[in-house]
Amino acid sequence: MKTLKIEELSKNFGSTEVLRKINLEIDEGNFLVLLGPSGCGKSTLLNIIAGLETINEGNVFIDDYNVSKVEPKDRNIAMVFQSYALYPSMNVRENMIFGLKQAKTSKEKIEEQLEKVSKFLQVDQLLERKPSQLSGGQRQRVAIGRALVREPRIFLFDEPLSNLDAKLRVEMRREIKKLHQQLKTTVVYVTHDQTEAMSLGTRIAIMNHGVIQQNDTPENIYNKPSNTFVADFIGSPSMNLIKGTLKETSGELSFTASGSNVEIPIKDYEFKDKSNLNNKEVYFGIRPEHIYFKKSNESDFEINLRADLSEYIGHEQIMTFDYANQEILAKFPSTIKIELAKETKLFFDLTQTSLFDAQTEERI
Amino acid sequence: MQDSLKSSSYQQLEQKSKYTNMFLRWFLYFILILFASYFIFPLYVMVVTSLKTMEEIRQGTLLSWPSGLNLDSWAIAWGGRGYGAGDTFLRPYFWNSIKMVVPAVFFSTFIGAMTGYVLTKWRFKGDQWVFLFLLFGCFIPFQAILLPMARTLGVLGISNSVVGLVLVHTVYGIPFTTLFFRNYYVSVPTELVKAARIDGAGFFKIFFKILLPISAPIIVVTVIWQFTQIWNDFLFGSTFSFGEAAPIQVALNNMVLSSTSVKEYNVDMASAIIAGIPTLIVYVLAGKYFIRGLTSGAVKG
Repeated sequence: MKTLKIEELSKNFGSTEVLRKINLEIDEGNFLVLLGPSGCGKSTLLNIIAGLETINEGNVFIDDYNVSKVEPKDRNIAMVFQSYALYPSMNVRENMIFGLKQAKTSKEKIEEQLEKVSKFLQVDQLLERKPSQLSGGQRQRVAIGRALVREPRIFLFDEPLSNLDAKLRVEMRREIKKLHQQLKTTVVYVTHDQTEAMSLGTRIAIMNHGVIQQNDTPENIYNKPSNTFVADFIGSPSMNLIKGTLKETSGELSFTASGSNVEIPIKDYEFKDKSNLNNKEVYFGIRPEHIYFKKSNESDFEINLRADLSEYIGHEQIMTFDYANQEILAKFPSTIKIELAKETKLFFDLTQTSLFDAQTEERI
Repeated sequence: MQDSLKSSSYQQLEQKSKYTNMFLRWFLYFILILFASYFIFPLYVMVVTSLKTMEEIRQGTLLSWPSGLNLDSWAIAWGGRGYGAGDTFLRPYFWNSIKMVVPAVFFSTFIGAMTGYVLTKWRFKGDQWVFLFLLFGCFIPFQAILLPMARTLGVLGISNSVVGLVLVHTVYGIPFTTLFFRNYYVSVPTELVKAARIDGAGFFKIFFKILLPISAPIIVVTVIWQFTQIWNDFLFGSTFSFGEAAPIQVALNNMVLSSTSVKEYNVDMASAIIAGIPTLIVYVLAGKYFIRGLTSGAVKG
């Protein structure tokens, strides 16, 4: 049984297609993050799961029950919003029990739930306050509390941290992580922040233009991006994509960047399909953090590149190199001194590379 | 040497700007007092005249102070002289107006709040057209709807009645009240409605429990606006009612214009003030909310 299953779901607003044939499954207790740039349809998808938006095609199942035409309140879900959406005229207590009261829960049960959740979230001292008298973090907690008291099957979070300042955001992120660890509930979480996605999710679905680009564990998303969009979207700075061709000489595959004659051997790369690789136009992907200043593995590939630019950001520095007129970024500890406008010896970690078809932009 | 030169020239500049500022300030007060007296002057004349006897009015000037606190003309304006035929006084019409203005303000405000709520939080296909046509309603002159409205009231059998006037004012007020509430609710995050829907609240519950409790500023604005409009209306009142059912503004007109004998300025002035007092009271009581409500739509609060 899947806690949540989405089948061939499509949605359009007028003639604009927002979601295209989405398929998604979540097991009990998982933390799924929907990640993507603004306008990719992730919030619409969340609203559809909640039942706040209608569906044009496809179905949504919660615990194998088709809820596509079920009212939001009967879907056994709870949602936390970006603006918290606490009812301004009610105090914290009324806010938290509003849903239970609508569901005609017994007074004793309501009190019991309220006490349990408010203690758990440490808002039991704030019950008589109005939302306007709370700080950002407290409002966030009350919003989560309002979701918790209903003991839903699925928690939906719609960018819940983007209204907080940077420091509080990191704190609340850890609290949400802790919460999930303790309660082991199923969560669908929408964000555009990749750090949030990486640190919170047990699975991440990256979306662009209404299509899921990759739905995988954070490790696979980072190490084995399934196309150039994912490769470019995840990581800061994002992955270097070097344009070039594959060559096969006497059974050995190598990559040559266009405009260069350096051959990079790629014998250990795990191809999805080994046929027709010779002379294929590809992007050679390597993350800035996988370019080293010192040789660290036997298989590291040595290359000389000219340093063009240095960005100092405290604990590290981001260097821009020129590789046959293509820009390559690398990340080093800021203790290393590199002279600009000079050839520098660098090492590519060949165990950490990705190759993409230049035409389809898919991983090969 | 150079330093002292510099500081002395700064001192001169400081002196100069001090004088300029002082002059500008006095000039500002002068202008303000001038305009204030311009606006207060008619009210002064009205109050003073209403307290004079006819003798005093004939002999004194417009601005002269009354000899004493003579409230006779106020009593006549409110309760009449006590003889039967042809005696027009304001009391019954004042209550007519109250009976008209209270339900009309209530219904138009309530319907406007509902419409504004639907137009912003329960969007439907073509809702912008509905809003556009409602906006047109704000620009239709009173005179244009007199004939169709008279016919409608006739068909409904409520012409020449307070009920008919309530209907006219409610209908004519809806475009304005809708505009007010719509603009206010646009700035209320729609996520509130979404959260309430997930919590299991329906259409009316969301309106009464979530939105209405935070609508106080705009309700005040709407009530003041509608109260003033309806209370001060003369055209609808004089067209759709006569005799017993007339509102106060019509009665005031009849009193002032149809005096057969001598013009009694003191009674006229007292009547005019009585007719204007309720709107004044509403402004004084709710005025500060009026400004706050008018501007609150602009800034997300």
